[in-house]
Amino acid sequence: MTEHVDAARALTAIDIGDRAMVKASLAATLVKNSDHLPVFSTAFDVYFAHRSMSSADLSETDDATDDTSELSGDDPSAPGQRGRGQSRGRGGGGGTTMSAEELAEMLLSALMQNNATMMRQGAREAVERYAGMEPGRPVGGTYYLYRTLRNLDLEGMIEKLIDLGRADGQSDDALGERLARDEARARVEALKAEIEAEIRERLVDDRGAQALGKSVRKPLPEDIDVMHANRDEMAQLERALRPLSRKLATRLARRRRRRRRGPVDLRHTVRRSLSTGGVPLDLRFKPPHPAKPEIVVIADISGSVASFARFTLHLVHAISSQFTKVRSFVFVDGLDEVTHLFEESDDPAEAVARINAEADVIAFDGHSDYGRALMSFHERFADTLTKRSVVLILGDARNNYHQAYPEILADIRFRSRSVFWLNPEPTNYWNSGDSVIREYAPHCDRVVECRSLRQLEEFVGELA
Amino acid sequence: MSSIDPRQELATRLGLAEVPPARFGDVTDVAHRLRENDYLSNESIASVTFLADRLAKPVLVEGPAGTGKTALAQAVAKATGSRLIRLQCYEGLDESKALYEWNYRKQLLRIQAGRAEGSTEDWDALEEDIFAEEFLLTRPLLEAIRANEPVVLLIDEIDRVELETEALLLEILSEYQVSIPELGTVTATQIPMVFLTSNGTRELSEALKRRCLYLFVGYPDVERERDIILSRVPGISSALAEQIARVVRSLRSLDLKKAPSVSETLDWARTLVLLGKDEIGEADAVATLHILLKYQSDIDKATKELAGRSKGLA
Repeated sequence: MTEHVDAARALTAIDIGDRAMVKASLAATLVKNSDHLPVFSTAFDVYFAHRSMSSADLSETDDATDDTSELSGDDPSAPGQRGRGQSRGRGGGGGTTMSAEELAEMLLSALMQNNATMMRQGAREAVERYAGMEPGRPVGGTYYLYRTLRNLDLEGMIEKLIDLGRADGQSDDALGERLARDEARARVEALKAEIEAEIRERLVDDRGAQALGKSVRKPLPEDIDVMHANRDEMAQLERALRPLSRKLATRLARRRRRRRRGPVDLRHTVRRSLSTGGVPLDLRFKPPHPAKPEIVVIADISGSVASFARFTLHLVHAISSQFTKVRSFVFVDGLDEVTHLFEESDDPAEAVARINAEADVIAFDGHSDYGRALMSFHERFADTLTKRSVVLILGDARNNYHQAYPEILADIRFRSRSVFWLNPEPTNYWNSGDSVIREYAPHCDRVVECRSLRQLEEFVGELA
Repeated sequence: MSSIDPRQELATRLGLAEVPPARFGDVTDVAHRLRENDYLSNESIASVTFLADRLAKPVLVEGPAGTGKTALAQAVAKATGSRLIRLQCYEGLDESKALYEWNYRKQLLRIQAGRAEGSTEDWDALEEDIFAEEFLLTRPLLEAIRANEPVVLLIDEIDRVELETEALLLEILSEYQVSIPELGTVTATQIPMVFLTSNGTRELSEALKRRCLYLFVGYPDVERERDIILSRVPGISSALAEQIARVVRSLRSLDLKKAPSVSETLDWARTLVLLGKDEIGEADAVATLHILLKYQSDIDKATKELAGRSKGLA
């Protein structure tokens, strides 16, 4: 609520006709997390599509304050529809006058000169020509984007840009080459963003801001379902993981240091009391020494749950300083220890990448066999479990109708402090088909649904 | 319009005789005056600074280390001719370091002095006496509130204090006042401009975020970084600055443990100028990478990527 008031106030303090300024003000007052900025930016472009809205529409203060509440989505009327249609002619008109070669030529020279106006124009032409957008067709923007980009051959353009740069006499050692490539790529990315914006605006024109506002809503990286992530989302997850684990590590280290105070440190207290005439006003305490748990991770890395296992291993090892020891085992139908991979490299991501190549996990047919994996773990490593070990089992418990051997898990639990099972499947899928989580659950302290990075982070945070 | 002017509203609440004049005319004025003080802003930085002044609200500046968050507060202080009061946050910061503290030693001396004279001073009078302003040690936050001249308050690296300690700041951030149980409430006599910086090592509380405007300062794009280099490094050629900015962008696109910050870029630019270079060759870049990158594994990786080969000894 305070935020809405601030946004309204901010808009009275600025020139409402200035689109960039309005955007900056709304961002400063409504968005309080840097991860949410891209989402805000998309939403802003959808609701305040600039090419289809003349500045006259925006110049009344009252309107604009209305629009703020709009952005948070309570008000049913759509501001994007107001300016709809009135300037659509601009982009559409000249579309057919250019041949494909001319268009490619024009884009190339726009990129070469880094000319924003030309790029925008080129983007408009390209969308007109290649996207094949039809009014009312219920297809997502990514489809049109794909169609446009497929025809433009942007990779080829990067190469051409580099060649042209070389002809201009840029230095051609490896460094110069690398810089030229990065510059070309940055410019092409800018063009791509321009095309995306153009498509989005046309969609706004076609369907109205409200409808599109719903469809562009994307989950934040922490909330993406790890098991069903597509390639883009996977890349996003990878990127989110490193800062996430760093944050978690700082938080845990801090909590550990603060959690309990040790006994009074008499020497220190007396020394402090000298400055207050011997009166001990300021008690000093010895730092606490809480016991750190020892973690044993046993992860299923068969196809279906591989990415989940990778993320968890990465996260656990990234905060390994919070534990006395972390041992990791991976399995499919055979089991192998991978702790040494993490010890050899100081980058958990690198170690995780090596698991697939180096771990020896397939004994028979390459289908997960939880029973056999547990048995093999029990045979070889059960002796190393102590009352300070916390065992984490990662997997969906889809046993491919092999025998489950839950009694082995019972013995593992008996030997260790606790056993947790992290299941990347939604709870209502458990025990359907070949999932045998039911048989293992009684021998775990807890079975946790763990589908997104957020859930994973929460669980690991509680553990330490 | 004037009825909802936040500055006026706040001035009335604080009981000020007149509304302190706004510091900036408009956004261009902000950008211009920051530039005069060697701080190159961009659109969002200038707009948020302008809004902070107009709305009399604190700004929470978040972003990676070394992107000019602290420098922004310093530049604003210089541009507006205000005194900069800085509170460096750290783990374990408490109210006696941030707000105020009673000067125990002086209080003890006062009590003992009273005894020595053998006077029959009664306790009430004494108590009133030792909890007077004379025995109060002001710390940065109280200092900013009590100042008579215009001040800029910089609360640096707020993410380092514990979540509970954040609560200390809430009263000052929203009301511009500090309550001291023994003395009463001290309210501001001017409207201080407040900047909080955070490196994002942890989430800040909702209560704190709600009271602030939010500004994210990321790494600058090539053009802005080039201009920053030009304005901060004397005697550098525009071509070299551009080249430096591009190399740094390439480095940031690599997956490094610690990406080079703007301040490290500036250090590198200064080094290259000192070495008398007007162009970066491959060898120069590799030889001076340790100024930009602070991990050996990062340096190895960058050497391999930039120069297209790995180097045995770094």
